[in-house]
Formats: sequence, C-alpha cells, structure tokens
Amino acid sequence: MALSQIIIELLEGLAVSVRIFLITLLFSLPLGLVIAFGRMSKNNIISSITKIYISIMRGTPLMLQLFVVYYGPYYLFNIKLSPTYRNSAVYIGFIINYAAYFAEIYRSGIQSMPVGQYEAATLLGYSKFQTFVRIILPQVIKRILPSVTNEVITLVKDTSLAFSISVMEMFTKAKALSSSQTSMTPLIVAGLFYYVFNFVVAFLMDKAEKKLDYYK
Amino acid sequence: MNLLEMKHVKKSFGNLQVLRDISLEVKDGEIVSIIGPSGSGKSTLLRCATLLETMDAGTLKYEDTVVAENDPNGKAAYADKKTIRKVSSVFGLVFQQFNLFPHWNVMQNVTDAVINVQKKSKAEAEKIGMELLEKMGLSDKANYYPFQLSGGQQQRVAIARALALNPKVLFFDEPTSALDPELTGEVLKVIKSLKDLKIAMVIVTHEMSFARDISDKVIFMADGVIVEQGSAEEVFNSENERMQAFLGRYKDIL
Repeated sequence: MALSQIIIELLEGLAVSVRIFLITLLFSLPLGLVIAFGRMSKNNIISSITKIYISIMRGTPLMLQLFVVYYGPYYLFNIKLSPTYRNSAVYIGFIINYAAYFAEIYRSGIQSMPVGQYEAATLLGYSKFQTFVRIILPQVIKRILPSVTNEVITLVKDTSLAFSISVMEMFTKAKALSSSQTSMTPLIVAGLFYYVFNFVVAFLMDKAEKKLDYYK
Repeated sequence: MNLLEMKHVKKSFGNLQVLRDISLEVKDGEIVSIIGPSGSGKSTLLRCATLLETMDAGTLKYEDTVVAENDPNGKAAYADKKTIRKVSSVFGLVFQQFNLFPHWNVMQNVTDAVINVQKKSKAEAEKIGMELLEKMGLSDKANYYPFQLSGGQQQRVAIARALALNPKVLFFDEPTSALDPELTGEVLKVIKSLKDLKIAMVIVTHEMSFARDISDKVIFMADGVIVEQGSAEEVFNSENERMQAFLGRYKDIL
C-alpha cells in the first residue's frame, strides 16, 4: 500500500478524532462549570453527589467508562441499541469524564479568587449573577487556562481510547492498517498526526494566554 | 433625621465578642472618624454597617429604612432582599486593600457599576467617571490597568469608583494602612478634598492628625465598646485612661 493511501485512510480517521475532540470540549466545558457549582453548593446532598461523581470519573479508567456507557444499556437494562450507538457512547463517555476534570479546574480557579473581589462587587450593587459573569469568571479563565491546556492536550491523545469500542478514529485505523500491511508506517504516521494536532492546540492555547496577559 | 443609626449592636465570632454594645449616629454630610487599637472592632462595625457582616443583635437604620432590628428573642432580624438592595445604594465602601477589578482599566472600574447597576448610559457614566478621575488627579490614567498604578493611585481609583454611584455616605476601612507614608499623604489629601462634596464619611483610621483635622466627630473604640465620642478636641483631650494609653505614642506629634 502506497504511503499516500495510508495517509488518506488516516486522515479519514483523523476527521473522526477531531470530531470527538470538538464535541467533547463543546459539551464538557460548560457541563464542568455546572458540576463545579454543584461541588461548591451549600446543599450537602448536591455537593456530596457531585463529589462522588467526580471521584468515580477520576478514579476509574476512561476505557472502562467507555465500556460501561457502550455495553451498560444492554448488560444492565437489556436495552438493545443500534451499532451506531457506539459513536454516541464515545461522546457521552468522553463528555462526562472530561466534565469532571474541568469541574475541578473551575473549582480551584473560583476558590482561588480573593474574597475582596466579591465584597467590592456586593458593595457596588452587582447581583450575584453579574458578579460571577462580569467580575469572577473572566479572572478565573485567566487563572485556569494553563491547567485547561493540559487537559485539552490530554484529550487529543485520549481520543485514541475510542479504539476500545471500535470507533473508526485515527488510532483504530492505524492499528488495522498496521496489522493488514504488517508495517509500522501507519502507526508512525498516526503519531505524527497526533503530534501536529497537539502542536496546533498548544499554539492556539498559548495565543489565548498571551491575549489575557494584558493585566496581572 | 439621621442618615445612619446603629443601636446596641452586638457581634461575636465564635466565643470572641467583637462588638459588645455599640450605638452610633451619622448625620447628613457629617464626617466621623473611628479610632482605636487593632482588634477593637472598628472594621467589624463598618462591615456590619455595610452589610458585609450580619449583626447578632441591634438596630441598623438608613434614613427611614429599617435594615435590621431585634426580633422578640433579641436577635437581629434583617429586612427582605428588596429593601436591602434598595438601601445599599445609600452607602459605599473603600477597602484597605482597594479591591479594584484587575481585568478592567481605570475607567471601566469606575463606570461599570454606573452602567450595569444604575443603568445609566455609557456616555453619561464616562462623563461622571472623567470628572471624578480629574478630582482624584488621575485623568491621565483612565486607560491604565490597576497593576500599572501605585498603591496610592489604586486607592484613589477605588474612591472614585465608590463615588461614581453617588452614595450619601462613604465608609473608609483603614484606607491608607496598605500604603507607605508618601502614598498615605496623597490619599489623605484626596479624602480631605471630598469635604466639599457634602457627603457623609465614616473613616476607620490610624492616622490621628488626619482624624483630628477632618472630623466633625471622633469615636474612640476599645474592646468592642465606644469609650469616648465627641468633637476631635473633646476626644483627643479626654482624661479617660484607656484613651490616654492609646494616644500616648501619638501625643507628641499631634
């Protein structure tokens, strides 16, 4: 098989990987904020539930979580789902896992804000919602951006775990090609693609950080 | 009518009784200084007056609005949120640590609440902002960010920010304690210049000569009670032992 053919096949896989990546971010970033609020809630039941949730998401392998999301409906509830459910299962698995990590990052950022910012906002008459949106969140984003970058880069590589439930993303393709061609080349090319993908991600996140560098 | 009335205020943190039984009144346009040793409850009193802390017991009244008064059990019961929100526009507070919003430039710091809380137009807010910055001697700093300013300049921005909302009384919680003597001087000068705004000011301070010069009334607090209050002359010349002990080190420079 010609190298160009390998590259075309892998690019198809890469498109799937990118889609998993983008959809995961699109949903897990806002969901993480909601979970962070749950975790910081004064309501003991809500904060306990979110605490347990985060603990499970961080304490068990993502691959196992993908299995549970994909096979769980059948084994646990005897619900038969079509094979295309595997795509949704990947999205769901990644979103609920990454939301937990993002929640902890948000929480650390929000809790690191000096109480004086809240007090000044209260004295100026801002509502709680205004205080959060106008004053707290913009500063939290600056504070947590380096940690978010870390997670996002990990996510690029984690998309390869979709292999475990046979979603045709780049790693799955590379593994299949490597076996059928008895060649290392597909894996090396895939590795190169992951690297470039992350290089672009790191570049964009760095730009974002620089953009927020206008204040200290 | 009194602008602010606090009666029999009590406040404890755990077992520590910080305010034992404090009553004070502030009239329209009156300048009141609160002095006293650290830990005497001065800041807590301001924080109760500005609703950053809730009193355990006592009455808090702004003009004719009762914000809190004792229920039959002798515990302070606060008015509903709507009343509190309304009354909050009467007062402003200048913090020891400035608490400017670092992600906004000076003009945004001063005008954002005018625009988003008081719902005035941006043009109107910036007109108010520019006038105040001029008064603070900061008209050339409108586009600077807080981290680019000295502590004294930051505190003057914070004063402008509080004044922009047009409060009837402005509280100062040790406004110069985080500043070196030179910067302290410039901030005190600005506060003195606010006298012609005719708004009431309540100033917690360790700057004795400043308190003596600016105040209509001086309150000396120690151990959670008001030991002396009256005109600057009366308080500084008080024969009270506690007062004398406190003033000891200041006597020479006064």
